Amino acid sequence: MVTATKPSSNRNIRVGIIAAGGALAMLGLGYASVPLYRIFCQATGFNGTTQRSTAAQAAAVKATMRPITIRFDGNVVNGMPWQFHPEQVTQSGLIGERKMAFFIAKNISNRTITGRAVYNVTPEQTGAYFHKIQCFCFNDQTLKPGEEVRMPVLYYVDPDILTDPNAKDVSEITLSYTFLEAADSTQSTPKNK
Amino acid sequence: MASIPAHEGFDAHHDDAHDHDHKPAFFQRWFMSTNHKDIGTLYLIFAIIAGIIGGGVSGIMRAELAHPGIQYLGWWTHFLGGNDQDFNATLHLWNVLITAHGLIMVFFMVMPALIGGFGNWFVPLMIGAPDMAFPRMNNISFWLTVSGFCSLMISAFMPGGTGMGAGTGWTVYAPLSTSGSVGPAVDFAIFSLHLAGAGSILGAINFITTIFNMRAPGMTLHKMPLFVWSMLVTAFLLLLSLPVLAAAITMLLTDRNFGTTFFNPAGGGDPILYQHLFWFFGHPEVYIMILPGFGIISQIISTFSKKPVFGYLGMAYAMVAIGAVGFIVWAHHMYTTGLDVNTKMYFTAATMVIAVPTGIKIFSWIATMWGGSLEFKSPLVWAIGFIFLFTVGGVTGVVLANGGIDDNLQDTYYVVAHFHYVLSLGAVTSLFAGFYYWFPKMSGRMHSEFLSHLHFWVFFVGVNLIFFPMHFLGVQGMPRRYPDYAPAFEFWNTIATNGYMVMAASMVIFFVNIAYSLVAGPKAVGNYWGEGATTLEWTLSSPPPFHQFETLPVIEEAHAH
Repeated sequence: MVTATKPSSNRNIRVGIIAAGGALAMLGLGYASVPLYRIFCQATGFNGTTQRSTAAQAAAVKATMRPITIRFDGNVVNGMPWQFHPEQVTQSGLIGERKMAFFIAKNISNRTITGRAVYNVTPEQTGAYFHKIQCFCFNDQTLKPGEEVRMPVLYYVDPDILTDPNAKDVSEITLSYTFLEAADSTQSTPKNK
Repeated sequence: MASIPAHEGFDAHHDDAHDHDHKPAFFQRWFMSTNHKDIGTLYLIFAIIAGIIGGGVSGIMRAELAHPGIQYLGWWTHFLGGNDQDFNATLHLWNVLITAHGLIMVFFMVMPALIGGFGNWFVPLMIGAPDMAFPRMNNISFWLTVSGFCSLMISAFMPGGTGMGAGTGWTVYAPLSTSGSVGPAVDFAIFSLHLAGAGSILGAINFITTIFNMRAPGMTLHKMPLFVWSMLVTAFLLLLSLPVLAAAITMLLTDRNFGTTFFNPAGGGDPILYQHLFWFFGHPEVYIMILPGFGIISQIISTFSKKPVFGYLGMAYAMVAIGAVGFIVWAHHMYTTGLDVNTKMYFTAATMVIAVPTGIKIFSWIATMWGGSLEFKSPLVWAIGFIFLFTVGGVTGVVLANGGIDDNLQDTYYVVAHFHYVLSLGAVTSLFAGFYYWFPKMSGRMHSEFLSHLHFWVFFVGVNLIFFPMHFLGVQGMPRRYPDYAPAFEFWNTIATNGYMVMAASMVIFFVNIAYSLVAGPKAVGNYWGEGATTLEWTLSSPPPFHQFETLPVIEEAHAH
């Protein structure tokens, strides 16, 4: 109808393209939110996301006199043929003290399975203060048929928790792991769907 | 500022040497339409058809919920070609029905009617433009929406895991929508959202360009009718929120079919992220559905009070504020996903802030009527009904905004009552108000005022009977999304089902009224509402000529809104 050489048409096309650019930018933001969300959770301990530190960082932390109890929970998703449970139900220690806990996993199927652990702590506001130095959840774990392993977690609770009004009165933190069959588990039959 | 290019646009249009009211042949006119009024009409017809289907689905649900136990679902499973011997497939049909009802009403009834229908019809007329900025894109928007609807209908007859159809709810949460629903049904439903979303984004670009570039000489942004303001804000919300939904459901699609793990913890993903993305779209979406209604109500209240809207600028910027704040409150839909107290506090406070601009609008409408020369024609009666019903829904919204209270009420019928008061009763009431306000302008024939009033009163009683008891059911703890319930909830459920029948009777009155006006309605004059109707569409004949504003209207300094 309106020929493209007319100035009004050009003005319309310009505004139209700017608007389309806005829509594309939001589409990009939608995808960018995937890594941004992960970074946000790691940085803030949002949703009970725990922190990760090196041994050197942990060495600089001084233990306080405040006791704290850590409760452990281990489970697998429905249908995953592993047995997985913590070796100890609770562990008592001091805030700032480095402690080691063990979890036991056993592959009860007759195929090799790679598992991946997802984890968090509750109460969720303690996620920012719960540091892991070493954990089986940092890497995928591959178990042969019938294989059983004892896996360590080396952790401490940051003494900064005592200055956080939302977290300082917490006397027990639950650390929970759930094992899933890794999406790229090579030995597995087609995915869960 | 807009005057010179607008003139040129019109001249260019005139070069085609169309005569004044030359209309193309039937197929070309309705299937290849580039005329904003014809496309608006198509959208309205489409929305009415989708509304009948979506409303019929809710009829099946209300019939099933009239009494405890499963009464009708088995028959419907059989009727729709499912396996009615499998009780799980029968129960799955319930999930399919709630999904279909939500998606149809949101994407294929309210949005096409308010934005595609009234927006296309009246934005160009009200700003004195000959047509939309991109008429062919307008056509694409409409047919994308229709294809989206077809895709959703097809999904009902595809295997969806437990039974036929997509039973994910309109929110399509992972992992139910990924590993929980095997089969192509959910893919078709997702694709339907893609198509409808693409159509709406193109429509939003069209509205933004039209409103920015094609206003008549003298019509500054601050002189635009409030309906045009509402469409401008709505278009921006669509433009900025729908692409986020598109991203989220595309990730769902690749998670389902191409082995990505955006929302699958087994590959490092997080299903909660889907909820954040969905509601980042979903909350602006609820304002997308109500803001055009606000615009319509403002025009109607002003017309029948015979004076300009009280606090015009406040009304316009209240909508801008609602739109802006609407983007930063999404997690109030997710209070029970494990947000910490501080996050809940923020989202509670931010959500309640929205009550302020909304209150400005409610009080300004009342102040407009105050001391006005009120004439209780059918659109005004519907508009006052809107104010009442929307306020009830708004009040329960403030209740639900509280993170602590929501822990108790989430996923109960209280929430169902709340969002049906603002949408089914709010947005739909504004639709009918706009329909009776503009139908003679669009068709050239007057409707029956008696039937319009009767429609209002029967509808008003019916919808209140359906949804008000749901507040009680919700507070008593009846969960939503189930086809069965404990016998203790029967009393109010039976009343709600009776209310549905009253509401359905009001729809019969509505269709009789349309039929009457099309067959025997008196011819409508250009400005049939008289002196209160001051916007530009009333300077034209009813219906307006196929191409209007051959000479662009000029808006003087003192022109009222």
